[in-house]
Amino acid sequence: MTEEQAREVMRTVLRPIAPEADLDSVVAGETLQEALDLDSIDFLQFVAGLAEVTRRDIPERDYAQLSTVEGCVDYLTTSH
Amino acid sequence: MVPTDVIAKTIGVHGQSPNMVDYAAERAGFRWQDARQALDGLAGGGLNIAHEAVVRHARSDRRDHVALRCRDRHGVRTEMTYGALDERSNRFANVLDGLGIGPGERVFVLLPRNAQLYVVALGTLKNRSVLSPLFAAFGPEPIRQRLGIGAGSVLVTTPTLYRHKVASVREQLPALRHVLLVGDGAPRSTPAPPGTLALADLLDAASGDFTIGPTDPEDMALLHFTSGTTGTPKGAIHVHDAVVSHYATGRIALDLHPDDVYWCTADPGWVTGTSYGIIAPLVHGVTTVVDESEFDAERWYQTLEREGVNVWYTAPTALRMLMQAGAEMAAAHDLRALRFVASVGEPLNPEVVRWGRDVLGVAIHDNWWQTETGGIMVANYACMDIRPGSMGRPLPGIDATILTHDDQGRIVLGPDDRAVEADVGVEGELALRPGWPSMFRGFLGDAARYRSCFAGGWYLSGDLARRDEDGYFWFIGRGDDVIKSAGHLIGPFEVESALMEHESVAEVGVIGVPDALLGEVVKAFVTLKAGYSASVELRLDLLGFARRRLGAAVAPREIVFDPHLPHTKSGKIMRRLLKARELGLPEGDTSTLELPS
Repeated sequence: MTEEQAREVMRTVLRPIAPEADLDSVVAGETLQEALDLDSIDFLQFVAGLAEVTRRDIPERDYAQLSTVEGCVDYLTTSH
Repeated sequence: MVPTDVIAKTIGVHGQSPNMVDYAAERAGFRWQDARQALDGLAGGGLNIAHEAVVRHARSDRRDHVALRCRDRHGVRTEMTYGALDERSNRFANVLDGLGIGPGERVFVLLPRNAQLYVVALGTLKNRSVLSPLFAAFGPEPIRQRLGIGAGSVLVTTPTLYRHKVASVREQLPALRHVLLVGDGAPRSTPAPPGTLALADLLDAASGDFTIGPTDPEDMALLHFTSGTTGTPKGAIHVHDAVVSHYATGRIALDLHPDDVYWCTADPGWVTGTSYGIIAPLVHGVTTVVDESEFDAERWYQTLEREGVNVWYTAPTALRMLMQAGAEMAAAHDLRALRFVASVGEPLNPEVVRWGRDVLGVAIHDNWWQTETGGIMVANYACMDIRPGSMGRPLPGIDATILTHDDQGRIVLGPDDRAVEADVGVEGELALRPGWPSMFRGFLGDAARYRSCFAGGWYLSGDLARRDEDGYFWFIGRGDDVIKSAGHLIGPFEVESALMEHESVAEVGVIGVPDALLGEVVKAFVTLKAGYSASVELRLDLLGFARRRLGAAVAPREIVFDPHLPHTKSGKIMRRLLKARELGLPEGDTSTLELPS
């Protein structure tokens, strides 16, 4: 998966959870939760959505890596 | 009603005898004035929460004891002693005083869980101003409403939260004189946005000495907002005397011992985060763990293990998420330091109580209280057998009962105007005899609403429950339309009002629907205006609209279109019927329902 594909997956997953969220507004280093005003439940749904769309198992210990845009892109563009 | 299962207690887990070893004996001998005697009081009389929480420790041999052990979101750990917390909060009190903020004025905080929050909270109380916490997952609209109702003079927040949630509504808040921004990693040289002040600069310039002025125990100390079925949120007033309850419940219901490491996971924006995240542990002089990050199962287990948490106060939603993460994750951590675990926010499922015993190594003690009660009222105790699913028995010093309802949901009054108590096993409204120290003293600016919370000599909680023959209380549900999601109360009217502002919405009804993780989730039923048709696009537009205004904590998680909402004859939407339809329940008394003509 390329970086742009990874971002597109994130947008697709985020849309039904937080349609108002603009992924492109997130500054490097900001957490998704803080930058997009997601709560813990939104974030868990987001991770579950990523797992579903990419058809991969995302264990709980990896959740912390997915807290930023860069972290998600890294995670989705590398195979585990 | 013989309980099907009981978790029997052996006194003195981990070699530590509980503060209360015999519930019946403690209850029989308990007097609030004795609890008050355990506190210091101000020189010359009076009582101030901040003095009990920090000043008296800073002036004793506990001065160098660690008060706060903070983990920021990157896991970096810092500590603050009672002495340092006293000095820092003195500085904040001086900052307020220097800005001309006096006793009784409201200081709102919208902050993450970190040491700054404690400095601001305690400094506010030292200055005899009123602390009013806001939840960071609120959107601009709930924040504007609460700041407006509370006539907040000061708001302390971060630059990011200010930009996202406050700047757009600032003009509508004429009473708000100062916005103080704490750093959130931005370099100190970054200029503060217009109309704000950099708190770090003010703290640096302020003196570290401060003497608390005369404080009457009945002076307003805390203002906590809660939601009702109708109308705007209500600001529940609490006074400095509440600290007597915080002390007593910390001792009895949380079993705090002076050398404990304690962790309350509640957000500071809700009453639990203040009463038991800030006040009770500090009054007991324990070390409090303060974790800045949001829920993360692995990180939470790490925190329990690395910090050696002895007493842990958390919530059902979090516990259920830990259960979902699996027993293997728990087993990979050494949790032997845990001695006492308590939960609040909504009833704890029996299987979670047992999961605690089997996986954490300690059963989980559910307890019950509300914003209005200010402190724990009904609880399971270290010394008392647990009946999983029950909220436990009333605190010593608290007189609780179940009152009989008529079929309209009103309290039944006897000929002498006294409320009629329900028999054992019979469902009714959970009620408390007024007079405990942390009872709310009013709703700010709404005396009628306050009066309506009392009848026949009791405070009416609005919660339905029953009592078994041994005096254990069992929660049944809310007696009104208020939604309880992740342990937080959400007023359906607040959500409906926000959605009504959307150009496409003709009508909307909002209810809570059951959810395995959150207890309930907010669901909105929307009737569209003529000219609009239901589509996925419009649904997402409405969802985004609601989230922008209300924030993730309050906005609906589900929106459906429904052209035929049930109405009363007077034209009001019947949420009760909406809920019955949604759940496939009998629709009950529909005599006031408007029939299609």
